Amino acid sequence: MQALVATDIRKAFGSLEVLRGVSLRANKGDVIAIIGGSGSGKSTFLRCLNLLEVPDAGSLWLNGITLDFNRSGPAGGTTPKAKAELRRRLGMVFQSFNLWTHMSALDNIIAGPIHVLGQDRKEARAIGLDLLDRVGLADKADAFPAQLSGGQQQRVAIARALAMRPEALLFDEPTSALDPELVGEVLKVIQGLAAEGRTMILVTHEMAFARDVATHVMFFHDGRVEEEGRPDLIFSNPGSERCRSFLKKFL
Amino acid sequence: MGFLDHFAFIAEALAHLSVGIPRTILLAVASLLIGFVLAIGVAAALLSQAFLPRWIANGYVYIFRSSPLLVQIFLIYYGSGQFRSLFESLGLWGLFREAWFCAILALALNTCAYQAVLIAGGLRAVPWGQIEAAQAVGMSRCRVFVTVAFPQALRHALPAYSNEVVLMIKATALASTITILEITGLAKQMASETYRPFEVFAAAGLVYIALNGAVAAGFTRGERFLRRNVAQRT
Ligand SMILES: Nc1ncnc2c1ncn2[C@@H]1O[C@H](COP(=O)(O)OP(=O)(O)O)[C@@H](O)[C@H]1O
Ligand SMILES: [Mg+2]
Repeated sequence: MQALVATDIRKAFGSLEVLRGVSLRANKGDVIAIIGGSGSGKSTFLRCLNLLEVPDAGSLWLNGITLDFNRSGPAGGTTPKAKAELRRRLGMVFQSFNLWTHMSALDNIIAGPIHVLGQDRKEARAIGLDLLDRVGLADKADAFPAQLSGGQQQRVAIARALAMRPEALLFDEPTSALDPELVGEVLKVIQGLAAEGRTMILVTHEMAFARDVATHVMFFHDGRVEEEGRPDLIFSNPGSERCRSFLKKFL
Repeated sequence: MGFLDHFAFIAEALAHLSVGIPRTILLAVASLLIGFVLAIGVAAALLSQAFLPRWIANGYVYIFRSSPLLVQIFLIYYGSGQFRSLFESLGLWGLFREAWFCAILALALNTCAYQAVLIAGGLRAVPWGQIEAAQAVGMSRCRVFVTVAFPQALRHALPAYSNEVVLMIKATALASTITILEITGLAKQMASETYRPFEVFAAAGLVYIALNGAVAAGFTRGERFLRRNVAQRT
């Protein structure tokens, strides 16, 4: 069953064409790993999926809503309402965590459910405490971001995304800003989510992780998908020379 | 006149001037609060993408920060009299006839300009990633402002706010020029009745120093409270 479909997404910043027509189809439970060199457009593509960047062309489909950017109009046919709905239904985890520094870990997690989903505070707190427990931070509910390590902050950020009960989760290099010894604890949480059958799209440089966890791998080069397919095939026998030499740097 | 006599009269003056303390506080608090509410709008305009609101807000800030507050008070209090019939037709003459109204209006418009700059600076300092994180959970623009941007902007602006409050408490003394008997107004009256301006104005100065000392102490505690969780872990 399809969960999220992006069709022929294009995006330019001024004269710089960053995405030259990228398509993605995620079925429910898919874990799609996006790999590729720096500047190849991975982050921009992920940000286009929840409209932190508005694509210049293409369309998005998320179970029941379609956003068509080929139509004319300043926002390419997207209303603020459709935008908010899409974002509400997709979770996003950033490379630099982006926790709200003036709120405790728990308040970071429940702000969205309370203000966007309209949950009452008591219910949201109960769910939030549960999620903190799931990411191994049951004792950190009242801690503030500045009092947490990078790995702990990223786990809170994952719990914040989960609290919105998203239909799919987007991760943009979730472990790239972490000290090496903290990477494992975050990858373990993400692996647990994959095992639960969550739909996830994950930009990563952790190739071993991508090979083990992903159901599908996309290799980006210069704003295009140069190669994609099953992880065992891509990693053991990449078809393109570019992908081969890119992977050689990691393995 | 003995040396101790000066102190005795200062004490007497303090007792007399204390009547003015609530009036001074009312002038300061009312104008700071009104100025604050208006400043949120002006700060938003200062940061607006659109040219016109930005231009108007910049002009407003420039005018009120570059002209003397005393001139602004006179302009509103005396200047409004010249347009009496206009204000009467608008039903506003009752207000503009009142020295209290004119003083608070002038003080509020003045502090609004300064506060708008403080708030705008605080908003600019909010890390963009935190704004995006708020958008990414589906918060509306308004909700992002209320929940994420504004609380952080205030934390950032708090140290400078303490300064603005102190300046405003001192600025309320100018209200005495338009007949208001706050601390300085009472002091002028008492000095001319007793012919002892030294003791009277020394007492007035002491009252302001005490008020501002309380303000500074309050802000220090407030900052410590807000900072308790934000100090970076080492
Ligand atoms: N907001 C922006 N304005 C201008 N250029 C941008 C912006 N965001 C990204 N770019 C450019 O787009 C290209 C792709 O960036 P990005 O998607 O971040 O690549 P990746 O995540 O694969 O490293 C880079 O050249 C980057 O400098
Ligand atoms: Mg990137």
